Amino acid sequence: MAKVKGSIIVDRENCKGCEVCVVACPTDVIRLAREVNGKGYHFAYMENPDACIGCANCAIVCPDGVITVYKKKKV
Amino acid sequence: MKELKLMKGNEAIAEAAIRAGADAYFGYPITPQSEILEYLMLERPYERTGMIVLQAESEVAAINMVYGGAGCGRKVITSSSSPGISLKQEGLSYMAGAELPCLVVNVVRGGPGLGTIQPSQSDYFQAVKGGGHGDYRLIVLAPQSVQEMADFVGLGFDLAFKYRNPAMILTDGALGQMMEKVWLDEQKPRLKDFPSWATTGKSADRERNIITSLDLDPLKQEKHNFNIQAKYKKMKEDEVRFEMIECDDAEYIFVAYGTSARICQKSVQLARERGIKAGLLRPITLFPFPEKPLKELGRQVKGMLAVEMSTGQMVEDVMLAVNGRVGVEHFGRMGGVIPSPDEIVVALENMIKKISKS
Amino acid sequence: MTKNITADDIVKEENLVYKKTPVLTDNVMHYCPGCGHGTAHRLIAEVIEEMNIQPETIGITPVGCSVLMYNYLDIDMQGAAHGRAPALATAVKRLMPEKFVFTYQGDGDLAAIGTAETIHACNRGENFTIFFINNGIYGMTGGQMAPTTLPEMRSSTSPYGRDVKMMGNPLKITELVARLPGTYYVTRQAVHTPVNVRKAKKAIRQAFESQKLKKGLSLVEIVSNCNSGWKMSPVQANKWMVENMFPFYPLGDIKLEGRLLNKE
Repeated sequence: MAKVKGSIIVDRENCKGCEVCVVACPTDVIRLAREVNGKGYHFAYMENPDACIGCANCAIVCPDGVITVYKKKKV
Repeated sequence: MKELKLMKGNEAIAEAAIRAGADAYFGYPITPQSEILEYLMLERPYERTGMIVLQAESEVAAINMVYGGAGCGRKVITSSSSPGISLKQEGLSYMAGAELPCLVVNVVRGGPGLGTIQPSQSDYFQAVKGGGHGDYRLIVLAPQSVQEMADFVGLGFDLAFKYRNPAMILTDGALGQMMEKVWLDEQKPRLKDFPSWATTGKSADRERNIITSLDLDPLKQEKHNFNIQAKYKKMKEDEVRFEMIECDDAEYIFVAYGTSARICQKSVQLARERGIKAGLLRPITLFPFPEKPLKELGRQVKGMLAVEMSTGQMVEDVMLAVNGRVGVEHFGRMGGVIPSPDEIVVALENMIKKISKS
Repeated sequence: MTKNITADDIVKEENLVYKKTPVLTDNVMHYCPGCGHGTAHRLIAEVIEEMNIQPETIGITPVGCSVLMYNYLDIDMQGAAHGRAPALATAVKRLMPEKFVFTYQGDGDLAAIGTAETIHACNRGENFTIFFINNGIYGMTGGQMAPTTLPEMRSSTSPYGRDVKMMGNPLKITELVARLPGTYYVTRQAVHTPVNVRKAKKAIRQAFESQKLKKGLSLVEIVSNCNSGWKMSPVQANKWMVENMFPFYPLGDIKLEGRLLNKE
């Protein structure tokens, strides 16, 4: 078990579903949604939120800057 | 205190630019205007006033350096001669579109193509009708003496900044190379406060400034075009400059600018000696063109002769101004040939014969 | 025993580790999904924020896909004619030598139509930074051959692949300008993985920092993708880039502190 736990917020409406974050995630947290946003893109979301370690890899490769990352040390 | 000097027209422009408080000159050598860059390099204005002088890698680079400097709200000048001015047209179109002020000097030589290095007035259309792509105009000033070469530098900058539009001094190799005495203005300080639109760095108290000629929204681009056209309309109302010589009782007038106007002054005298009541209207601003005074003279005179060192370019604007009210003809020499006062009078006499026959 | 932490426990201001920089505006970028331009823009914006130089920075945009870059960075910017950004930047930096000035140019803008402006600005040692995005294709006009298109690579104007005998060779302009005495820092980076993004950001920072030294021009090439032009998905395009672009355009520093690292 990781000592830290993370979470991401994806700006769904501005996500273009490029999938670069999915590939960049080391713990296989992110998937593209089956449904689409207002622009018709399958947006990214946390499929396995418990696995997120808050490393921010997804956010730093996101071309559209739509991912915000939070991280908390486990008590 | 003003200072009296004997200078070439090209040198007078360079010295006047320093004294007008110009921030930068960017240029590229081409005959017959290289003395402008040479004079500036010799004079080291970066030590006198802090003015920057840079020999660019091409006319294209030079005009785009002018764009960059003008975008920072600075007074920037460039100069070239006909083939080089053709290369600058893209940059001028962008500057007109981005509403940037600058001063461009065209020391015209004969064309088309590489043409000749001798003086000509064959770049009139290019100067006054826009020159590059899109609907735009330059403010065009036509000096006829070394004194006016110097005086129009300050005037050109003032008009360019007043209207946020490029201004051009349209002169030729004769005036550029000719030496005359010239009264030079006192040194003006360089600008310390820059226009609010300039890209000087986005401070916390304002929105970011963007200098561009691009707007992909057709309605916005159309509105932008209307705004630009409104400026040209205002120029036509407020900025027309011209000189009339012996026009009060004239039955025939020459219409000529720059070097041709200077020669025509002699032709007026010669014609009057031969009993022809001749006069001269000399446009000083070629854009905006002195349409009104020409229209009024059209009611008074029997004919107009446009004298240009070209195959006839300004003559079209004279015709438009008089709108068929009076006969307008053209006389010109080209390829670097300067007409003599006598041959101009002969051309006038021929025109008079033609008019009296019809 | 660790107690269960819910998303609500984590998503709090004090736990924030990554957020879009305020130097980027809220405008949604017009780039295709997965395009490296967005990442490159963001890294430049982040460096501007970290160096606290937003009021001192002036950027010059090119003609090409990134022509509208000024919609996304909250700094003063000028839009140049095609290929002329280094000429604009030359004047801006010379008139305001204490400011940070950069151009942002694609391969067509920088290495085809603007070759003269690029080489002469580099050779004069102008103290600004060039960000050069190389995706081997003209993106905005619809996927035509670029000066950096690889041999045999297909584009809409090399539909059977780039035949170098007929169409000429790809131009490694970054290696070329690195050899000029006026360049101080020249590097080639990429932004497709977290590791590369971190390296690229370091390079961008170094380029801006080197402007303070007034020792010459800094150029950061970013080898990037063009999913639409290459007709691939973003992830496929990144893979193709690693396999095909990187061998021809190897990543890493080329010139550091005015010295070429690998003298062939």
